[in-house]
Amino acid sequence: MPTTVPAYGKEAAGRLASMADVTASDGALRRFLHGLPGVDAVGLQARAATLGTRSIKTTAKAYAIDLAISMIDLTTLEGADTPGKVRALCAKGVHPDPTDRTAPKVAAICVYPDMVATAKEALGDSGIHVASVATAFPAGRAALPVKLADTRDAVAAGADEIDMVIDRGAFLSGRYLEVFEEIKAVKEACARPDGSAAHLKVIFETGELQTYDNVRRVSWLSMLAGADFIKTSTGKVAVNATPPVTLLMLEAVRDFRATTGVQVGVKPAGGIRTTKDAIKYLVMVNETLGEEWLTADWFRFGASSLLNDLLMQRQKLSTGRYSGPDYVTVD
Amino acid sequence: MTFDYAPAPESRSVVDLAPSYGLFIDGEFAEGAGGGLRKTVSPATEEVLAEYTQGTAEDVDRAVQAARRAFEKWSALPGAERAKYLFRIARIIQERSRELAVLETLDNGKPIREARDADLPLVAAHFFYYAGWADKLGHAGFGPDPKPLGVAGQVIPWNFPLLMLAWKVAPALACGNTVVLKPAETTPLSALFFADICRQAGLPKGVVNIVTGDGSTGASLVAHPGIDKVAFTGSTEVGKAIARTVAGTDKKLTLELGGKAANIVFDDAAVDQAVEGIVNGIFFNQGHVCCAGSRLLVQESIQDELLDALKRRMATLRVGDPLDKNTDIGAINSAEQLARITELAAAGEAEGAERWSPSCELPGSGYWFAPTLFTGVTQAHRIAREEVFGPVLSVLTFRTPEEAVAKANNTPYGLSAGIWTEKGSRMLWMANQLRAGVIWSNTFNKFDPASPFGGYKESGFGREGGRHGLEAYLNV
Repeated sequence: MPTTVPAYGKEAAGRLASMADVTASDGALRRFLHGLPGVDAVGLQARAATLGTRSIKTTAKAYAIDLAISMIDLTTLEGADTPGKVRALCAKGVHPDPTDRTAPKVAAICVYPDMVATAKEALGDSGIHVASVATAFPAGRAALPVKLADTRDAVAAGADEIDMVIDRGAFLSGRYLEVFEEIKAVKEACARPDGSAAHLKVIFETGELQTYDNVRRVSWLSMLAGADFIKTSTGKVAVNATPPVTLLMLEAVRDFRATTGVQVGVKPAGGIRTTKDAIKYLVMVNETLGEEWLTADWFRFGASSLLNDLLMQRQKLSTGRYSGPDYVTVD
Repeated sequence: MTFDYAPAPESRSVVDLAPSYGLFIDGEFAEGAGGGLRKTVSPATEEVLAEYTQGTAEDVDRAVQAARRAFEKWSALPGAERAKYLFRIARIIQERSRELAVLETLDNGKPIREARDADLPLVAAHFFYYAGWADKLGHAGFGPDPKPLGVAGQVIPWNFPLLMLAWKVAPALACGNTVVLKPAETTPLSALFFADICRQAGLPKGVVNIVTGDGSTGASLVAHPGIDKVAFTGSTEVGKAIARTVAGTDKKLTLELGGKAANIVFDDAAVDQAVEGIVNGIFFNQGHVCCAGSRLLVQESIQDELLDALKRRMATLRVGDPLDKNTDIGAINSAEQLARITELAAAGEAEGAERWSPSCELPGSGYWFAPTLFTGVTQAHRIAREEVFGPVLSVLTFRTPEEAVAKANNTPYGLSAGIWTEKGSRMLWMANQLRAGVIWSNTFNKFDPASPFGGYKESGFGREGGRHGLEAYLNV
């Protein structure tokens, strides 16, 4: 189950430090980001579609379903969230299928900052992480001190992971260094008094960034600023995670590790509802990054309704029959 | 635990193969005039799939006469009536596409993924496209009322058996010609199934005739005095022989021959997509593609980066059972072709190029060749000049756009080329300089019935596809 990010050797740290030049000024950062290889939209979409045609059956399917369950950040992000709702979700995260205790637990429970303490208490020593969407989620439209306070509160309440949203306005108007500094500041706010730190996931809201070139640039920018994970979207806009965007981000983390030695995780979020879709994402990870990334440490699904479909498919594999929505819990 | 994909084989029970096949002449399956039977095998397993008839000169003569008789009525039909038959054929192909895809995979060795997702949709699209032209020939730019030529003798290769049939038969029929077609000797089955589709569509007798057999059958067809037009797709060597046979007669001729396409990658290309395009360019259909991007020209400044990415990608290619839906690279079509690829690859090594293949386990029986990359190739190497027609990529480098053009054009062939750059002005400049019939930019091996296809120099002459493809079947 999820562990902490491995500490990198001196070599990786040195390679990352040598990238410091590119973030020395707004101009340098712009030149670097605009010097990254372009993205051909047609080619990217074609590749994502081809990977989506892999046929995953029998043992591979059973493996993929359990893997997908173990990678879920089970999420409730409603204005109407209550401690009761969060506790119910936590119980489901620990034992997703009450009729079958062999079902793996999820990777994390994702809640608003004010629910972190409740979730933390409900999860106890289950090993499941608590992720919290801080930084004025989902719009991100608040002053930096407010965002940092939001983050510190969540960390103080026990959040293991912080999902921050970037300032899309700043990014789209080309103020790259401002976005970079903000991510750095939030990363610092993730630090705990004991020297450890909450894991930082940086949300791009790719649906609002529009172009694939922007997605590649923001991926590099966030990784340079210290993101532990890069995440597609909040799930709160019309266009959330898509296979091409996720594929592009997988390619970015692959290239980033080849350049700096630092490994970063990827989290598609929003709109992934079926087992079939989830398996397509796993195939994409498998064939772009390989086995190394196929764990909850390096790949997550941000989802709420995906889990039940996975569980129904899992029951189908073990019993040979389709059950129905009443054979899995609503939350 | 690893994420290994479990086998996902397509069922072959959707194809009902007879033990033995005759010839399709004058709307009937008929026995040959004594040429005997040949066997067609599955290249993936060497299993005998069926026997088929070795067509003789006498058989060819019968077929040509049937086509000649049918021509009178067929060419006199209004275009809209001919279109109805073609539309009907197109729809039957769509309905039977799963069966035909499995059949094509069995007989050819190509992955079912490609037969299903590339070949069959294109086959149907060609019939639909030319069905649309049948009643609009007067608007194609060849005069107000262009006339058909008569009987077309068509000889097609084994790399895309059904697609090449569609490229030839659809425009010929749309224009009012009748045809005698000889499929390749290693892949005759889909043409025989097509004969059945013609019957199912109620196509008048003799409009389409299929004569199977080896090269001698094709030679009889090409030399037959009763045909008015010869269309051939295949090797440059055979194409030259056909040109000699036809020379001095009034037969019209189109040839679509070999290629040694340059796939040119500039340092500003979208690297990830370029890698996909390179892979698609050379490993699509095991490299059995006349327009395959078999010469990769990389700008020196990104050579290392691009080759690393390409090798990483090649390591994920899945080679094996062509009927498995997850297979990317299937079997080499015949032992003969495998020997040729093996010989040329050995020549590459002997001449000093560096050979690389990902580690992949090849099946024990059947004809297989691992995807192969040669670096350090120069223009003087055989693997840079001769058509391998297999999954073998030669990598050369260049420094300036001018050098890329010079190297790309320095080949006896001229069928296709690819350009990878984010800079539009350079793309257009390059396209103007390259002497090739098809030039793809930021993509490769894309086909469309509306787009003409054909070559320069030893890649042949004439065009197939599009409005231009009509010209080859009309008296203009």
